[in-house]
Amino acid sequence: MHIPDGYLSPSTCAVMYAASAPCWWAALRRTRRKLFGRTLPLLSLFAAFSFVTMMFNLPLPGGTTGHAVGVGIAAIVLGPWASLLAISLALTIQALFFGDGGITTLGANCFNMAIAGSFAAWAIYHVVSLGAAPDARRRVVAAALAGYGAINLSALLAAIEFGIQPMLFHDAMGAPLYAPYPLRIAIPAMMAGHLTIAGAAEAVMSAGLFSYLRRNEPALVGISPLAVAGAERGARNLWGALAVVLLLTPLGILASGTAWGEWTARDFANSAARARIAAASGNHALPAAPPVGLARWANLWTAPLPDYAPHFVKSAAFGYLLSAMFGVGIILGAAWLGQRLMKLAKPRSEP
Amino acid sequence: MSAGVMAKTVRGFTQALGQTLLSEHAAREHGLLQALDPRVKLVGLLALVVAAALSRRLNVMVALFGLGVLLAVASRLSLLALAKRVWLVALGFTAMIAAPALFLTPGVALYRLPVGSLAITVQGARSALLLIARVESAVTLSTLLVLTTPWMHLLKALRTLLVPVEVIVLLAMTHRYVVLLTETANQMFESRQSRMVGRLSGQQQRRLMVNTGGVLLSKTLEIGNQVFLAMQARGFRGEVRLLDEFRLRGWDYVAMFGFAMVAVAAVVAGR
Repeated sequence: MHIPDGYLSPSTCAVMYAASAPCWWAALRRTRRKLFGRTLPLLSLFAAFSFVTMMFNLPLPGGTTGHAVGVGIAAIVLGPWASLLAISLALTIQALFFGDGGITTLGANCFNMAIAGSFAAWAIYHVVSLGAAPDARRRVVAAALAGYGAINLSALLAAIEFGIQPMLFHDAMGAPLYAPYPLRIAIPAMMAGHLTIAGAAEAVMSAGLFSYLRRNEPALVGISPLAVAGAERGARNLWGALAVVLLLTPLGILASGTAWGEWTARDFANSAARARIAAASGNHALPAAPPVGLARWANLWTAPLPDYAPHFVKSAAFGYLLSAMFGVGIILGAAWLGQRLMKLAKPRSEP
Repeated sequence: MSAGVMAKTVRGFTQALGQTLLSEHAAREHGLLQALDPRVKLVGLLALVVAAALSRRLNVMVALFGLGVLLAVASRLSLLALAKRVWLVALGFTAMIAAPALFLTPGVALYRLPVGSLAITVQGARSALLLIARVESAVTLSTLLVLTTPWMHLLKALRTLLVPVEVIVLLAMTHRYVVLLTETANQMFESRQSRMVGRLSGQQQRRLMVNTGGVLLSKTLEIGNQVFLAMQARGFRGEVRLLDEFRLRGWDYVAMFGFAMVAVAAVVAGR
């Protein structure tokens, strides 16, 4: 994964430096304000930590061992911008001091692992853990998937950079000048190792470190009494917003006409309704009778509150409000029931 | 098995620490490259690395590699250490990657294997040789830079390439903590290894490694807080200043001219 000097053409290296530079600049700008507080040592130490964890030999199922980059946990703890800086620092030290990865290819290595990897890990973690409770197992799975997805995206990008070399750079005889394998060989060859060994190492390390941090340093992974209080405040705001929207539902009766496509079979027999449908449909000629399928299936289900107005309510506005409360109640009840069922099916939430 | 994985990790840490000491020692030698201004050395050797990357001719790459060997000798670097640390590692890795290209690159058959229908092609052989020669020459030249320049001087020289001062401070701190955390992790593994009897299952080994990583992360954060407090106690208020003690001398101008001439010649001859 650490591409050495000589494998990529200078123009590819220049493009990758050019692609990485705005990300480094934006990350520095975003973190600069915090950089001279606690973030300065934290960023350096996280970079150093990432460097050291890359040397851990992680035993994997099947008897082999793998190394993790640490991009998954860095993105979860630091966020994507600070993470891309920390991993870039670790890669720079590796390239400059330990000769692991080239100097001309440093832009490509940083783009693949630090930039794309950090954003992928951060996005995957937040999408998969969306709405999960602080102690939910789903968060650990999300951390594992974040590491796994990030490292595989990085490998895919490196494979593409390798694979385009023989297409673009070859001598008069057709001999490739840099990495010699085309995309159809480079991608499977690179991904085979990363979808299995390297991906597993990153997933194990991300999930393991996330579990450790959640137990011992919960604030670092966004799980703290403060975070919970924040969530409660957020929930209170949501309840307030919901109440406002409920009170505003009678505004619906101000809308004139019928929503396009929500016609009943009876509308086709009513001349005023037919005129409205034709006007809303670009004066397209309507069939004389309701379509056969519409007529057949229209009465399959009769709603308990037709047109948002129970028959015993005379006020349309009150009918709208009552229907909205009824609908919201059903959704909240279903969500509560689902949550109870999930808790019953899962006796312990913490692995 | 369990001891094997831990021993392998400890060996990796020891090698990294050894490499750090070796670099510091080599940078203090009184040799040709050590005597040069770090900025001249950084720009000059990087220009040669780029020239090697741009070259399309084997003889130019071999010439650049030969120049690297001469510079190493003139800088009193051990060729044996370079061979073990750089040349053999790069050769083994690149040869492994390039070997299938001998057969997979389409072209004129150079040698047909007696068994099966596989043939080494002229284009495949040329491609593999170019790759190995380019990697060897580039890695040799970049290693010369690292081995003959103290780390702090190298970082300050990066200002020549317009690297922001914050990045230089971050790199300097990161490097310091890499050494510290490597030492800490090494001690943690050694102390655990000395208390281990019997064999651990794969799952236990994974738990051990991940927990060690977690504890290391906790220690890392603790150190971070201590460092921040220490920085504040010493009067750090968010401004970073680097002492720029570099002065170009006559010999540096000669070297600058030499690097530029060789790089231009290599680019022109390598087209």
